[in-house]
Amino acid sequence: MKHNRMRAHFAGILVLLFAGVGQVTFAQESHIGGLTGEASRGKKLYRRYCVGCHGPLGDGRGENAPWIDPKPRDFVTGTFKCRSTPTGALPTDEDLYKSVTRGFVNSNMPSWLPLTRQQRADLVAYVKTFSSSFREEKPPSPLSMPSESAANQQSIQSGNELYQKMNCWSCHGKEGRGDGPSAQTLVDNRGYPIPPYDFSVGTRFKCGESNQDLYRILMTGLDGTPMPSFANGLTPAQAWDVVHYIRTLQMNVKRKKQTAENEKKDGGESKPVGAQPE
Amino acid sequence: MLLRLRAAVIFILVLGVVLSVRQPAHAIPAFARKYDLPCSACHEAWPKLNDFGIAFRDRGYQLGNEKDSPIWQNPSYWPITFRITPEWHRESSSNQVVDTVPGNPALGQTYQDVTTHGFDFSGLDIWAAGTLYKDISFSVLPSADSSGSFHFENVFVRFDNLFRTRWLNLKLGKFELDNLVSEKRMLFLSSNGGFYQVYHYTPFREVQFRASNPPIVQFNPVFGIGDNQLGVELSGHSENSYARYSVALLSSNEGSPGLPNRTYDGWASFNQGFAVGKLGVQRVGAFAFFGQRPTFFNTSFGSPVLSEGLGNKSLYRAGLTGLFYIKKVDFSTVFVHGWDNVFLGTGTAANAPLPVGARGPTWNGGFVETHFTYSPQLVFVQRNEIVRMSRQVFRTDPRDLGDIDAFSFGLRYYPFMFSRAGLALHTEYSLVRSYKSASPLPTSTSPFGPDLRSSSVFIGLDFAF
Repeated sequence: MKHNRMRAHFAGILVLLFAGVGQVTFAQESHIGGLTGEASRGKKLYRRYCVGCHGPLGDGRGENAPWIDPKPRDFVTGTFKCRSTPTGALPTDEDLYKSVTRGFVNSNMPSWLPLTRQQRADLVAYVKTFSSSFREEKPPSPLSMPSESAANQQSIQSGNELYQKMNCWSCHGKEGRGDGPSAQTLVDNRGYPIPPYDFSVGTRFKCGESNQDLYRILMTGLDGTPMPSFANGLTPAQAWDVVHYIRTLQMNVKRKKQTAENEKKDGGESKPVGAQPE
Repeated sequence: MLLRLRAAVIFILVLGVVLSVRQPAHAIPAFARKYDLPCSACHEAWPKLNDFGIAFRDRGYQLGNEKDSPIWQNPSYWPITFRITPEWHRESSSNQVVDTVPGNPALGQTYQDVTTHGFDFSGLDIWAAGTLYKDISFSVLPSADSSGSFHFENVFVRFDNLFRTRWLNLKLGKFELDNLVSEKRMLFLSSNGGFYQVYHYTPFREVQFRASNPPIVQFNPVFGIGDNQLGVELSGHSENSYARYSVALLSSNEGSPGLPNRTYDGWASFNQGFAVGKLGVQRVGAFAFFGQRPTFFNTSFGSPVLSEGLGNKSLYRAGLTGLFYIKKVDFSTVFVHGWDNVFLGTGTAANAPLPVGARGPTWNGGFVETHFTYSPQLVFVQRNEIVRMSRQVFRTDPRDLGDIDAFSFGLRYYPFMFSRAGLALHTEYSLVRSYKSASPLPTSTSPFGPDLRSSSVFIGLDFAF
């Protein structure tokens, strides 16, 4: 009887150990398409490319951090701006991979596209080791994205109304210049001032440049910043309307001309605006 | 035993205070300061670029994060980089012709090894480079030799992404020819190892001719693949810079300002990178140069009009390049085939008859340079290089006349790696053997001497700020 109890305890410990090892193994790998990234290789790359800003502990306190604005991401908290997952959730490996590949416009984070796909996957695997969140939970499934509605005058008008109704203007300003009444008061989750995006100047967004990227930003929010998720406040069709309206705030003459021409050509049923970013 | 080991280590360290930069080498902490990236982000081991550094350079010193234009920089930012190398070096050359009794040439000459050594410092680079505006970049590199005499190593303005395509970038000025294996970014600094023999090779007969014809030397009739040239370059690259090309139209004056010389050279290079699983990017490429050089000069009442070279004759170089990575070891490989017109090869003016039986010289050469990057802060380097004449100017010349064997090895240790400055302890040994290239003794009946062996030992502190 005593022996049986001991055996049960021993087996329990083994199960726990294996479960722990399994989780560690999961956190030390990334899976992007057919690629498997390994943290051991990613560590060397991180030390070469990333440590100056993100720091050896991944806490965004690298030696260059004091001089950088916006501040480097703190990987330890497990909070990431660009995700395909709901607000508050961990990003998928693919999300992190895209961030590494794309870089962040208007920041010091460059595009690491010159690194091979394998190297970027390895980096993602290593970045995940900084936060215990990746060991303790699994990222949920990405938000579904219905196909884009037509960017016609009606959609843009509806987007304009939603832009007012949802108070987007309070940060981004009535003309999208990032000069809303709340703009000066915004801070990120580390207490650093953060300006709202100025649509009139930028052609690319923090998390991509296509309409799909913009839709995703609206519906997932940018965690760690004051930009909330509108997944509960907007229907997918409404979100597309807002996307279409925001595109009109971008002072891109060529795109506006294209819109007008498309509308004329299609009798008001224009093609998606900005679907092919320049 | 321990004491001996310690003594040996101290000896090596003391010996290890290093020397003479043959080529101004390129590493720009000003960029690191601008973008807050460590040297290792762009350099495998500075000054050698890695894949990210290649892409950054190809984009016109831009990261593409909408903050590249200088208007986004703090006004106090000044894009200047200094580089210099205090050093100790030892140079030795075999078979030098010296007087049997110093100061008394009448008593005859003999061969002797000549060796010098001592403390020294390299030339100084004061390099400004960066962006003038979005998609407009520049570089100005005044470079001094160790005596303080300045020249402009490079000066150019580059327009990037013309017609909104990264495949069209235009550069005007004096610049390094685009090639996969850059001599400006090599990890060797000594007098013998600090340049690629095959990039600057000139057949022995031609060297003899130039030595005996000072006026023609003023036209700078040489061509070095590693030398910066004056001209205009059109280049392009894929988004990740794995595919790259460059074509350039150059003045036939080896980058010497004030010597237009009326003719032009052409350069073209192409290289392609392949992502090979866990090994990283492997690159292969090819290049070709076709040019002309004068063989005589106009005269006025018998005196040379030096600004006008005449009787231009052609030369070409063509080759293959490769960069291969296997984990921490990488290989830079180059093969070059060269040909000079017979008038250049024999040093004959184009309006004079050629020596009987003379032929245009051809040669082949190449090297394998190996780097073992233990970490971004410690790299071991080694290079084997050969040049072989495939056709001598005269059939009667020895087949190996002017052939070269060269071997170098060393290490670079970077005690720190951050985004403000760079420092490397550089140690190197280099040996070059030039076949039958020593001067013959006056009593010799042969026009050729024995083999010439030159070696360098170099220990220095290479720093850039």
